[in-house]
Amino acid sequence: MSSVAAAGSLVETARRISEAVAAPAADAVDQSARFPHEAMAALREERMLGALVPRAFGGLGATVSEVAACCAALGRSCASTAMIYAMHQIQVACLVRHGLVSPYFRDYLAQLAQHEWLIASATSEHGVGGDLRRSVCAVERNDSRIRVIKEAPVISYGEETDDILLTARRASDAAPADQVLVLARKAGIRLTRTGAWDTLGMRGTRSLGFTLEVSGSPEQVVSVPFSDVASQTMLPVAHVVWSAVWLGLATDAVARARAFVRAEARRTPGAVPPTAFRLAETVAELDSMKATVHGGLADFEQHRDDPEALGGLGFAIRMNNLKASASRMAPEIVTRALAVCGISGYRCDSPYSLGRHLRDAHSAALMISNDRVLSANAAMLLVHKDS
Amino acid sequence: MMSDKITDGIRGVLRDFGRLAVDVSTLADQSNLYEAGLTSHGSVTLMLALEDQFNVEFPDRMLRREAFASIAAIRTSLAQLVGADV
Repeated sequence: MSSVAAAGSLVETARRISEAVAAPAADAVDQSARFPHEAMAALREERMLGALVPRAFGGLGATVSEVAACCAALGRSCASTAMIYAMHQIQVACLVRHGLVSPYFRDYLAQLAQHEWLIASATSEHGVGGDLRRSVCAVERNDSRIRVIKEAPVISYGEETDDILLTARRASDAAPADQVLVLARKAGIRLTRTGAWDTLGMRGTRSLGFTLEVSGSPEQVVSVPFSDVASQTMLPVAHVVWSAVWLGLATDAVARARAFVRAEARRTPGAVPPTAFRLAETVAELDSMKATVHGGLADFEQHRDDPEALGGLGFAIRMNNLKASASRMAPEIVTRALAVCGISGYRCDSPYSLGRHLRDAHSAALMISNDRVLSANAAMLLVHKDS
Repeated sequence: MMSDKITDGIRGVLRDFGRLAVDVSTLADQSNLYEAGLTSHGSVTLMLALEDQFNVEFPDRMLRREAFASIAAIRTSLAQLVGADV
């Protein structure tokens, strides 16, 4: 099968699951802040959790762009489902792109593709102030075993996941920025709940706080330093797939506004409804967002096999800009769509309802705070010359 | 020797601006600065301080993590910019 045909079918499958499974459950997932188990089961059934695993290891061999298209398709129905799928794929991408040198991770990825395991992420930690690139916890080695204890303020779908990819200092005497990734396996994970997840939006991600205790073997530590994994894969892939989720969310908000205006126009044939002008502005904003997200994706795909380019300041600045822009545009577009739909969008019981979209969209600026993202760019721009 | 001056200059800048977890004098020229506590934010500060100290501008191709991973790596970059023998 050609990759284009595979891509088509993968996105088609995501679209079908989005419409048939995720959409009908989205309001219930939001209202009761529960895991979107129907949609995740459907994704598993279609072997989409192993999408990024190379075909040689039994996966679908999809590209990050294809996965991003799936995230956007899911985001049109349920942002929580789309974000869980996106977060899982970020972890798989880290292992596929940096773990294949190790027999342990080759075997793990083959099994992931076969059993459709779900991976969560534990990067944030109490005591580092939201800095991805510093850890307090450390990999402690004892005989032939390793152990990590991490105070995690949030682990999205921590209670529903199979495995967890976490950051930790390389060793007990390592500096806070000298980090490695550790794949915690289900049997070696102990979670003690320390916090709840009762939030404005993204309620289905169930990003509870935990004390995470991990035990395992040294081969579960990714040998490539986390600094390289972060700059070459985790950050850029996160920014492109997150942006795709937000694009999907914004697209559905605009679709509702369009349906609202069409219904209005049908009631007053011959006259363009006043809301149509606001809609035209909103569609223009959505097109800008689309261009931003697709541009970021193209940038990543162009450099994906060039560690030097991926590790450069210019690329990091552009990926940070993608994140900051897409996360600013999503709530703006939903707000515009709400203005188009008026009271029908404001109601929670109308087909044009936009409350969930608006609440979900406001999470975008907080997932790695935009202030942090732009501060990082501010610092890098002091030395970057764009020559 | 010019290269010694460069090394001394780098060590001075690292001591003043590197915010390392260890004493710079205990580091070998080949020691990994990131393992010694250099952060990504710290590396930007370090680049700026080196540009000021040596009156140079690092071109973007040199603004890579590996180019600031050790005193020896920094010296290689700087030597290209100030035209010294290494």
